[in-house]
Formats: sequence, C-alpha cells, structure tokens
Amino acid sequence: MAGNKRIMKELAEVRTNPPPGCTVTLADENDMGTWDAVMDGPPDSPYTGGHYKIQITLPKEYPFKPPQLSFKTKIYHPNVSNDDRGAMCLGMLRPDEWKPPNKIADVLRLVRSVLAAPQPDDAVEQGIADQFKNDRKSFDKVAKEWVGRYAK
Amino acid sequence: MRQSLFAGRWRIRLPSSLDGAALRVTKTPPVTRKRKLDTASLSATSQPPPEPKRKASKTTHKDSIAQVEAALPATPQTLTSDKGMDSDDDFASVASSMELGEELSSSVDFGAEDSDVELEDYQDDDSAFETHAKQKPKRKAFEVEYKVYSPQDIQDQQDKQVAEVAALLEQPTEQTAILLRFGRWNKERLIEQYMDNQEEVLDKAGLGQNMSSNPPRIEAIDGFMCDICCEDTPGLQSYAMNCGHRFCVDCYRQYLAQKVREEGEAARIKCPGDGCNKIIDVKSLDLLVTSDLTDRYHELLMRTYVDDKESLKWCPAPNCVYAVECGVKKRELAKIVPTVQCECKHSFCFGCTQADHQPCPCSLVKRWMKKCEDDSETANWISANTKECPKCHSTIEKNGGCNHMTCRKCRNEFCWMCMGMWSEHGTSWYNCNRFEEKSGSEARTEQAKSRQSLERYLHYYNRFANHEQSAKLDKDIFHKTEKKMTLLQSSSGMSWIEVQFLEAASQALQQCRQTLKWTYAFAYYLARNSQTEMFEDNQKDLEMAVENLSEMFEKSTDQLAGLKVDMLDKTSYCMRRRVILLDDTAKKLKEDVWEFNVELA
Ligand SMILES: [Zn+2]
Ligand SMILES: [Zn+2]
Ligand SMILES: [Zn+2]
Ligand SMILES: [Zn+2]
Ligand SMILES: [Zn+2]
Ligand SMILES: [Zn+2]
Repeated sequence: MAGNKRIMKELAEVRTNPPPGCTVTLADENDMGTWDAVMDGPPDSPYTGGHYKIQITLPKEYPFKPPQLSFKTKIYHPNVSNDDRGAMCLGMLRPDEWKPPNKIADVLRLVRSVLAAPQPDDAVEQGIADQFKNDRKSFDKVAKEWVGRYAK
Repeated sequence: MRQSLFAGRWRIRLPSSLDGAALRVTKTPPVTRKRKLDTASLSATSQPPPEPKRKASKTTHKDSIAQVEAALPATPQTLTSDKGMDSDDDFASVASSMELGEELSSSVDFGAEDSDVELEDYQDDDSAFETHAKQKPKRKAFEVEYKVYSPQDIQDQQDKQVAEVAALLEQPTEQTAILLRFGRWNKERLIEQYMDNQEEVLDKAGLGQNMSSNPPRIEAIDGFMCDICCEDTPGLQSYAMNCGHRFCVDCYRQYLAQKVREEGEAARIKCPGDGCNKIIDVKSLDLLVTSDLTDRYHELLMRTYVDDKESLKWCPAPNCVYAVECGVKKRELAKIVPTVQCECKHSFCFGCTQADHQPCPCSLVKRWMKKCEDDSETANWISANTKECPKCHSTIEKNGGCNHMTCRKCRNEFCWMCMGMWSEHGTSWYNCNRFEEKSGSEARTEQAKSRQSLERYLHYYNRFANHEQSAKLDKDIFHKTEKKMTLLQSSSGMSWIEVQFLEAASQALQQCRQTLKWTYAFAYYLARNSQTEMFEDNQKDLEMAVENLSEMFEKSTDQLAGLKVDMLDKTSYCMRRRVILLDDTAKKLKEDVWEFNVELA
C-alpha cells in the first residue's frame, strides 16, 4: 500500500506547517483514515470569528481516490450543503480531476479560499446562491447570524 | 389452451417487470445457441481468408467500412436480407426470420459460412420451402439496412482508420490513435482542425510538442522521490512521459488500475501529474498496464470507438460482444422504427436499444412504459382479480399461451382477454382487439370521463400484458415439447430435421406476440382517423392467426407429429400477417398518415 508513508508524511507536514487558519488532528490516533480540521473563518468575510470543524475521510485507495470532506459546523454558504452531511462540492475532489500528488493541505487551502469567495454558479444550495448574487446584504446578515449561532 | 379447477391465481405480469431488462431477459438467446455462435466465430477467425467469390457477392456500403470489410474474415454479414427475404415469398421470410437456416446448418454442417446458401440447402430439403427461394432480397418498409460487427471487426476498423489518418497527417500511429479518440472518431473534423491549427490540436489532445523525440522508458533516477507514495529508496523504478512528471512504477500502475478498473477510463487518461492534461499514450500504457488489466483496457478502448459513433451501437443482450451499425439518425425516429438483429439473435431497436418494439415508435414506447409504471397499481388491482369462467364461475388457470379457454366444468368456451364467447371470435364481427368508445352522452361527468379513460387504458394494457405473458407460456410449452421430441426422435427414428417445424412455430409465436404486444401500445396512442380501422383489421387478423397456431401448439406429443404440414402452414400464415401489418404500419408512419393523441417527440 502506497498510502501509509505518504499519509504519515502529509500529516507531519500539515501539523508542523498547517495551511493558514487551520489546525489538523487525527480523530483517533490509531486511525490514519479520519482527520479533524478546524478552520477559522477568513478575515474580511462574513465568517470572521467563526471556527469550523471539518472532517476529512481518506478512502483506503487514497491518494488514488480523492478524500471526502464534510462540514461538521453549520455554515450559511452557497457551496456547502445545509444538511447533516455538510458536503462541499469542490472540483478538485471529483474523481476525474483529483490527481494523486494532490495533498490534503491543498484541499484545505482551497476550502478556505471558497469560504472567502463563494462560487454561486457552482452551488449546492441554490437558494443561498441566489441570495448571495441578488441581495448580498441579507446574505451577509444571515451568514453572520449563523456564525454567532453555530460557529463560536 | 388448457384449463383447470385451480385454487391459485393467475396474475398478469406486473408493469414494474415490463422494463427493458425484463423484456431483454425474455429475449435472451439460450446458452446453447450462444455457445454455438462462439464456436462459429472462433472457427471463422482461425480460418484462412474467404475466397474472392464470397467477397464479390457481398452487398455492402460504399465508404471505408466496406473496404475494411472486404479485407476481413467472414464474420460481418449484411443482415438486411435476414428478415423478409423477399416481398412475395413468405416462406423465405418465415425461414429466415426464425433462423431455420442457421439452426439446421449448424447441425448439418458446422463449417458452413454463408447463411444464404444454408437457407437454400434447407429449402431444397423440405418440400414446404421449395418455391421462390432464389429471388433477390427486397427491403420492406419496416426493415432497415444494418450490419453486425464482431470485436475483431471493430478493432480492424479502428486500426484501418488510424492507419489512414496517420498517413495523411504524417504522424506515428499511437499519436494518431490518441488524436482520433480525442476527436471522438470524427475523422473529417479532426483532419480539418489539424490542418487549421496543428499545435492547438496536439496540445488539446495532450500530445504537446516533440511527440517522437527519444521515447520515455522505465528507469531508476538518482535522488528521485515519488510524489505520490513518498518512497525514495535508491534504485526505485520510475516513469515519466515527455511532460516530465515522474512517478514510481508502482504508483503509476496503481493509478492506471484505478482509472481503468474503477472509473472505466481508457482513451483519455491524463498524466498523474498535478494539473497536467497530457493524455497517456498507447506506448506508455503498453509499458505500464499490467497484464491483468490489458483485456479490460482494450475493451474500454474499443468501447469508446463504438460509443463515440452515432451509427454504431452495442447489442444490449447480456454478455453479447457484438456491435451493430445502422444509418438511422435520432431525428428520424418519429418516422421509422429501426429494428436490427444481432449475431446472437437478439432483435432490438437501434433507436433506443430496447427489445424489438415494432410497430410502435420509440417515443411512444417510452411513454407507454412510463404510463404502465405510473398506473401499475390500478392495473394490478384490476388484473390480479382471479379470472373465472363467465358462465359457471369456476376458477381458471391459464397455463398455455392460447387465449381460447374451455371451462373444464361447464365446457363453456370463452376468450381470456375479453371474456367474451369464443364462438364470436372466429367470425367477421370479431372485435376483441378494438376498444369501443362510448358515445359522448355516456361520458358527461368528469368522473365518467376519467372512468372511461381508465377503461380505455386497461383495454390496451391487458392485451399488451397478455401477449407478453402468452409469449412466455408458449415458450415454456416449446421447451417441454422439445424434450419430448428428442425422446421421440430416439424411439421412433424421426430425424432431427423433422421436428424443426416446432421450433419454427415457437419462434413465429414469440415474434408475432412481440409484435402484437406493441400494436396495443401503438393503438393506445392512435387517434381515430380513416386509417385506424385498417390497422385494427390487420391487428385482428394477426391475432387470430396467432391464436390458431398457439392452440395447435398445445396438442399432445403424439398428435404433433401428424400436424407438421398444417403447422407449417399456420406458421407461415402468421408470419405473413405479421409482415403485412408491419409493412402497412411502417409505410404510414413514414408518410405521416397516422394521427396520434400525443406528440411524437
Ligand atoms: Zn510512488
Ligand atoms: Zn504530466
Ligand atoms: Zn447480440
Ligand atoms: Zn426504439
Ligand atoms: Zn364454466
Ligand atoms: Zn376476446
């Protein structure tokens, strides 16, 4: 299995030199397959001040198959599903776009950039996306409310 | 037809089982035949090339495929003539539609290659088939031109096209193959684009510059660390294409296995390098794909060829490896029902790949299936009611395909479909197949209207489902009879050929019921005009012919032997009725004569 050495190295790297605004731990020290990340809401975004728990699951074929990602903290965002899956639709994580040299740190960096700049044309929550496009003020308001309610 | 005082219930097949898969299963050729076919194609490929005479006698297409075909072993056949050999000769169409020739020849002479010849041989053998056997085939309105290809044919076609384009573009074959797959096998467009902007095309296809400079190889590089597995052991074998993205061979292989086996990719696998769009070429793949993957890989490559071409489709029969070429386009499907028959004998619609649904156009088939699915509960509720003798109310079990029922208790003869007296069915005022619309006065209220529309649907649905069910029962009976006939052969010295009329009758029943079934879906959507009556008459005539044959089919084994001539007669009559119905319906579809109460999308 190609995975182990690679995963250990990736984990060590992300612990010593985490992507900005992120901390990463193993959910269970004996299981390399589930990572817990906590991401701070990017500055200059409605999510500032929020802390988002994101669970990353590595399939046993990792890194040949992409990791799976799920928001454990509720967030009002066009690209994160507003349900208990908290799924985020990232092009990079699609099987036809994922490349084995890609790292989880890259994924986290991308997630944070999408938090800072939502992509309403590629939304999983169409209602939120429409509001984001047409009524930014209300969108910001609800997003901030949710930070206070769920992400503190 | 048989009946019994049976406590159980006979159920009409549930609409949920009317999906394509189920229909296909009923059409699946028996294992023995498939095996026969495999043997045949094996022997065909291992044989020396066919004699020039055979090639010359082929009537095929004008384009490059015809050339490929001429250079190939005998597997591909022009099958237009396979159904309805001849407009005037029903026997020929009977025999060929039912593959009598094929069946017989495979027992008589396994080496025989040309089915036309086999057919003639058989016709000479049997007095019932002696006339007009050598007339030229002519196409009926419901037939389309098509060809069947084996995997080898498809491979050869690809190779030929690659070679042609390679010579034209002056590129090595591997690169050309990538270009063609990249261009979805649209030769003309690819060449045009290439001539327009060579660099751009190469780039987009993932071939970049200097395609032919020193070919990459598997090697160990000093100080190399694999970016996927993070191994850096000295001597680690690695590989990189011209783009320079180097990975260890193990990771490369695992990457390919993931793509080929899990994601079904072959023609457009990209370099594993982050953000690199270079497509992995055949040479690299040959170096890297492990032997357990090569079969799957080549299969996938071949699939893309067929998948990318509008004129090619895989036979949808389970495990069938043949593809069919047909020129009928999607936009023509409101005017024609392009039905083809594979080497494996499965008949299917080239338009939608469902099992043969002539005379019903694809869009109506889709609507009908959807309707049956949506209304399955109502239909089940009504259809699942036990059928009772309309006279004495004994429970009746239907265990043959025939719809002419006789109550064991009171000897009442009635029709299973309409429950009407059978005595009325053989006459000119037979109208079991026709739905009598009630006059406007009787359907005034909304409730009455919806009730009538439900009745109308059930009228057609019950007949549709019944023919499907009956076809199955007819088939069951044939299998039982087949066993008996085998016994009879050995005990009475009857020859194998002499029992073939049963196979012919069975196949005719299957085929006619398949057609009848779909005439009811067709009729459901048909709006009344001056032509409808003609259609219903044709439907009625075919239905009566089928019931007559079906009834005969259920005679006991010792009776069957003496019924041979009569049965052959009825078989050919059925097929004649079928051809008449299909031909008339297809002509009028082409000429826009029919009016439908829905849009033909
Ligand atoms: Zn590696
Ligand atoms: Zn590359
Ligand atoms: Zn087939
Ligand atoms: Zn169709
Ligand atoms: Zn009775
Ligand atoms: Zn009837």
